[in-house]
Amino acid sequence: MPVESLFARLEPLLSQVQKPIQYVGGELNSTVKDWDSCDVRWALMYPDAYEVGVPNQGVMILYEVLNEAARTLAERTYTVWPDLESLMREHQVPAFTVDAHRPVGAFDVLGVSFATELGYTNMLQTLQLAGIPRRSADRDTSHPVVIAGGHSAFNPEPVAEFIDAAVLGDGEQAVLEISDVIRRWKADGGPQQADGRADLLLRLARTGGVYVPSLYDVSYLPDGRIQRVAPNRPGVPWRVTKHTVMNLDEWPYPKKPLVPLAESVHERMSVEIFRGCTRGCRFCQAGMITRPVRERSITGVGEMVEKGLQATGFEEVGLLSLSSADHSEIAPMTKGLADRYEGTQTSLSLPSTRVDAFNIDLANELTRGGRRSGLTFAPEGGSERIRRVINKMVTEEDLIRTVTAAYSAGWRQVKLYFMCGLPTETDEDVLQIADLAKRVIATGREVTGSRDIRCTVSIGGFVPKPHTPFQWVAQLGHRETDARLAKLRDALRSDKAFAKAIGFRYHDGKPGIVEGLLSRGDRRVGKVIEGVYEAGGRFDGWSEHFSFDRWMAAADVALADEPVDVDWYTVRDRDHTEVLPWDHLDSGLDRDWLWEDWQDALSGEEVEDCRWTPCFDCGVCPQMGTEIQVGPTGKTLIPLTVLGDGRDEVLAGSADPAYR
Amino acid sequence: MARTPEGPPPPPTVQRLRVHYAKRGRLRFSSHRDFQRAFERALRRAAVPMAYSAGFSPHPKVSYAGAAPTGVASEAEYLEIGLAQRCDPGRLRAALDRSLPPDLDVLEVVEVIPGPENTKVAPFADRLEASVWEITLAGVEAGVAQRAVDLFLAAERAEVSRMTKNGLRTFDARAAVVALSAGPRAAGNSEGPCAILRLVVRHVTPAVRPDDVLAGLRQIGDLAPPSAPAVVRLAQGPLDEPAGTVSDPLAPDRDAVGG
Repeated sequence: MPVESLFARLEPLLSQVQKPIQYVGGELNSTVKDWDSCDVRWALMYPDAYEVGVPNQGVMILYEVLNEAARTLAERTYTVWPDLESLMREHQVPAFTVDAHRPVGAFDVLGVSFATELGYTNMLQTLQLAGIPRRSADRDTSHPVVIAGGHSAFNPEPVAEFIDAAVLGDGEQAVLEISDVIRRWKADGGPQQADGRADLLLRLARTGGVYVPSLYDVSYLPDGRIQRVAPNRPGVPWRVTKHTVMNLDEWPYPKKPLVPLAESVHERMSVEIFRGCTRGCRFCQAGMITRPVRERSITGVGEMVEKGLQATGFEEVGLLSLSSADHSEIAPMTKGLADRYEGTQTSLSLPSTRVDAFNIDLANELTRGGRRSGLTFAPEGGSERIRRVINKMVTEEDLIRTVTAAYSAGWRQVKLYFMCGLPTETDEDVLQIADLAKRVIATGREVTGSRDIRCTVSIGGFVPKPHTPFQWVAQLGHRETDARLAKLRDALRSDKAFAKAIGFRYHDGKPGIVEGLLSRGDRRVGKVIEGVYEAGGRFDGWSEHFSFDRWMAAADVALADEPVDVDWYTVRDRDHTEVLPWDHLDSGLDRDWLWEDWQDALSGEEVEDCRWTPCFDCGVCPQMGTEIQVGPTGKTLIPLTVLGDGRDEVLAGSADPAYR
Repeated sequence: MARTPEGPPPPPTVQRLRVHYAKRGRLRFSSHRDFQRAFERALRRAAVPMAYSAGFSPHPKVSYAGAAPTGVASEAEYLEIGLAQRCDPGRLRAALDRSLPPDLDVLEVVEVIPGPENTKVAPFADRLEASVWEITLAGVEAGVAQRAVDLFLAAERAEVSRMTKNGLRTFDARAAVVALSAGPRAAGNSEGPCAILRLVVRHVTPAVRPDDVLAGLRQIGDLAPPSAPAVVRLAQGPLDEPAGTVSDPLAPDRDAVGG
């Protein structure tokens, strides 16, 4: 049955909203496939504003992978701002995709990518605008299957009733496997069966790689802790495993990155140079759940940069990963790319660099002939003691050596990122940040002989995350966080010799408590999310839309009859035996290893990186059948005439291509 | 001491080209900044040998003139680019058009022939004296629109207010209007009544835009269209005031090339 475009109904509303371009689609490299020649159709959603969602690599990769597949199509949708939301309600325009403006409710799958838990209320908005029943239990075969992905899917329990399924880990192969299951189900007449939807969910669950919350029952102890999580159907696995793509060179996506007309948060092209991280920072969920490290080869990166720039016209390339300077061939890679693009007004950036992996040659290649405005490092903890606890092995001497080199080479500004509220932290640990910042300034003044030196300290509250060694720890309360940050601010401002040279940026503790509630919450938290949404909660990641009081009021109501409350979920220590809401979701990490690593943290013992030392048995590789993939390959980037292709075509005096 | 970029300064401009383009369909919702980003990326994809400004963040030499507001379509947008290598205007037009998304269309590229040395040439933007706008009012009878137009034209002034970056501004929307007429939609369309306004407005400061004239028609002529008006700029260029017409701003360049 043909599905009609909603654009004609949407168009009259667009002249009444802010930044209408974000709703019209038509981006360079976007794809619209014929509806009727496909039998599996995905609506991919990034549950935040277009400007945040459109550069998201995960959505862009899956969009391209799915659209390349035969008889499969994918379109994108983002959260609409309140101005358009109210007009859509008034004029009864349902949720739409930006590509062909087809109704979200007409697709087979609504895939939602949760980079953060703060997008949950936005998903409820889209479900409602799309006419999809809020609860999985109330949907039938006419509704899309709602599948959550992204890092938050490693504990989807707070949204368990609202989603039909969750997929853990890398999506490239998983989305194709799910498409095949849906295709077979359709071929078997599934959509026409009375229990068709239950049948499809069961088929997905039995693959072992798709978590279907409704097929698991959760029971609780009288004190509120979880007693057991168990499958309620035969053939449904006790644990659901994450997906891991091996050999990134075989998955060079996105090949043609989207180029939006609207301004977005990342005005550059990104190339993922490796996936995973084994540095072992204990607070870092991304590093824990994306193991092992899989590098893209230097030649693979070179090819993606070349093709991507030709397809997009971007002026900046970000070499993306969790710790980009750790790539085994980062030096020849940056030098080779800087050589290739010299004189083409193309700049390179490494979004995440560690203090200890940074070196000045690398930084020079990145800024060849360009501006040296600022460098950013993340020591995360203020004292060496706390850095041992979190296993971020950066000494103060490392940091001072690095900033000395940077200031000597022409940089004038250093940004330092920290967290507040780390396990075992005291005021003293945080106050040492002030000493460190002053030493950075003093060093900069000394080596440059200039007073024009700046350092910005940026700090936010630490939120313990599932599948990390800190998953058991009590979060610091928001009042305590704010008090500690106030002491740091006073320490930074009290010394007149440095106060003007040091900038201070911080996030207050309240949003972190809500993030903590959602990160480590269980199914009972779903009612809190629902209450917040009903009370108007949207865009919780935006400070101007976020309301702590709305969350607390909703929690008071939703948890009134439960033996638990917000404090129970956030500022409470868990012990080794407690069943955690995500224990049945397998990130590959051995639970006992995580606990030992937590105990090591308490005694300040550090863990090395398994890329350079023997395996320390985190469990991922044997459990998942994966292995570390690192170079060096020994290959180099040969010089190429890049970005000049096609120039002959426009130059005066050259032969007209039509007559060649 | 301020750092300067290493290496030689960027190559000089050897050729200037004027570009006539259109903003159509759903891409009329792009803002001028959106268009700028899209255009500069298209220049890179098409490998146009742009001349760049000097300094740490060199910018390609592009000057934009009189862009249509967000949400308004246009058949008559203009900009000028400076090149570091000479290009063939016709082939550059085709390459640029291919590199832009559909609905952002490059219609013509004309070379700027420099005048004799030491002569001062008026900037291109000065040629854009007025615009011709077409406003489609679905659900409005042509006769009703005509009565509102007559009242508007008979008025001395039409005070309207618009929210600008600097707050609410009130100004006269009447004096800048050179010509305004109403007619029915072309025959063959049977979807109810529809009036078409043809509007010629002189470019003044503060700018009088089609929505300002519509506000004036509402105030003075009680004209209240039931749905959002569709606006398109048909032309902009030198104004022939007595005739109420606007001519092609690229004609002098085309003549210079031909001569």
